[in-house]
Amino acid sequence: MAAKTTNQKAWFFIIPVIALVAFNALIPLMTVVNYSVQETFGNNVFFWEGVKWFEQVLHSPRFHASLLRQFAFTFIILAIEIPFGVAVALSMPRQGPWVSVCLVLMALPLLIPWNVVGAMWNIFALPDIGFLGRVINGMGIDYNFTQQPVAAWFTTILMDVWHWTSLVVLLAYAGLRSIPDAFYQAAKIDGAKPWAVFRYIQLPKLKRVLTIAVLLRFMDSFMIYTEPFVLTGGGPGNSTTFLSIDLVKIALGQFDLGPAAAMSLIYFLIVLLLCWVFYTLMMKDEEQ
Amino acid sequence: MSKYKWLVPTLYIAFLMLPIYWLLNMSFKTTNEILGAFTLWPQDFTVENYVTIFTDPTWYNGYFNSITYVVLNASISVTVALPAAYAFSRYRFLGDKHLFFWLLTNRMAPPAVFALPFFQLYSAVGLFDTPFAVALAHGLFNIPLAVWILEGFMSGVPKELDETAYVDGYSFWRFFIRIFLPTIAAGIGVALFFAFMFSWVELLLAKTLTSVAAKPIAATMTRTASTAGYELGLLAAAGTLTIVPGAFVIYFVRNYIAKGFALGRV
Repeated sequence: MAAKTTNQKAWFFIIPVIALVAFNALIPLMTVVNYSVQETFGNNVFFWEGVKWFEQVLHSPRFHASLLRQFAFTFIILAIEIPFGVAVALSMPRQGPWVSVCLVLMALPLLIPWNVVGAMWNIFALPDIGFLGRVINGMGIDYNFTQQPVAAWFTTILMDVWHWTSLVVLLAYAGLRSIPDAFYQAAKIDGAKPWAVFRYIQLPKLKRVLTIAVLLRFMDSFMIYTEPFVLTGGGPGNSTTFLSIDLVKIALGQFDLGPAAAMSLIYFLIVLLLCWVFYTLMMKDEEQ
Repeated sequence: MSKYKWLVPTLYIAFLMLPIYWLLNMSFKTTNEILGAFTLWPQDFTVENYVTIFTDPTWYNGYFNSITYVVLNASISVTVALPAAYAFSRYRFLGDKHLFFWLLTNRMAPPAVFALPFFQLYSAVGLFDTPFAVALAHGLFNIPLAVWILEGFMSGVPKELDETAYVDGYSFWRFFIRIFLPTIAAGIGVALFFAFMFSWVELLLAKTLTSVAAKPIAATMTRTASTAGYELGLLAAAGTLTIVPGAFVIYFVRNYIAKGFALGRV
């Protein structure tokens, strides 16, 4: 890449983007900030509350529980999807007509509206009419995700693996394809074992795409709402109530604007902080 | 060992297709068969569910509404993103790096955080329940995405192209429209595809910002599920139809999907 020229007029090119994004990002964000420090009893009457809601949220066991569930969920799906996705990408054909077939079929789940994903898995996993529910129960395991928390977690995780592993596969595959054939030939001449090829040729090339994959999967799974909401409704009980589901319950269900706003800001800050870490890693990589 | 390598992608694809097949299977069954018997394929094959969707305006209008705001969103996002991406890829200016990250933070904002303020904002400006509300709101994450993807593609075009054009006496805009845009046509296609896709799959904001006139198909589905009893066959048929647009366009962008997801960074 050639060196960029300094040109302050470039700002004019960015004005439309800033105007539109700021309209959508800053005004709602200020509304949230506004609510987070006030109390209302309706009729647009507000009272200053300071940081009361923040303290309340940070000390509430309910928030701790949702946050813990959220971290557990994100951690589990990352631990499954990243290695699984890399494994599938490694075993895909490197060229030929099957490449297109694989890519198209694998990308399909990514293009399905999220509530349809939830509804589809609901129908698929129901113990009485669903294929998955029937098969698991047929194996002699008592399985009903609408009643058992463990089954609900299992189904939600399986759904997410189904939905998003392809993202990791596509990214990893694109990374693998960028390795010149000469590298593999050299490895062959040196008599390298498959593990050595993976460790010293493929993995270093994959490092960058995998950073992106982790970043994307982290942020999307941390914001997940529609799919588990349609699948389990956050239940049974509160067992699959992740942060977004809990937030919508408080904000739109109970209409507790103050606590919901405070929770929103804390939630957003957590996502931002962790994404910033990933982003810094990604950019450091890019500059090399 | 490597002889059986093909098994991994094959089994993986089978796993991906199974729930989709089940949805398709349900969509061709009668409600009686769905609730009454467990069958691996429709015994009492019917297209009744699809006929209902194509003849009942509350159903097919949902598709029109969704497609309207999705197309609006994709065109707005990519149009404003083009000059911005050019600026980021070619020039250094005050605050460029911070701005670039700030744009990405909007891709990180949980929609749940914005649902209620969005409702109030778009009600206040009188756009509530119009396709424009959803198209603009989805710009929150689609405009940054388009900027990132296009910037990735544009940075792959050597700067000499720009310089040669200026030497040849092209004005900036003539160069940009006549030479530069055709050069990055693939990138524009990918950016459009991704804007289309993320707007198509998102529901929380689309549902919050519409009530009757602009209700998206996905929201029609959830409301039907809760109000008109549990018409699973109909729901399955509607779900199957939402997969069609994606399946249709995916072939054209198959080699660029990874690049798009990586925000132009592979």
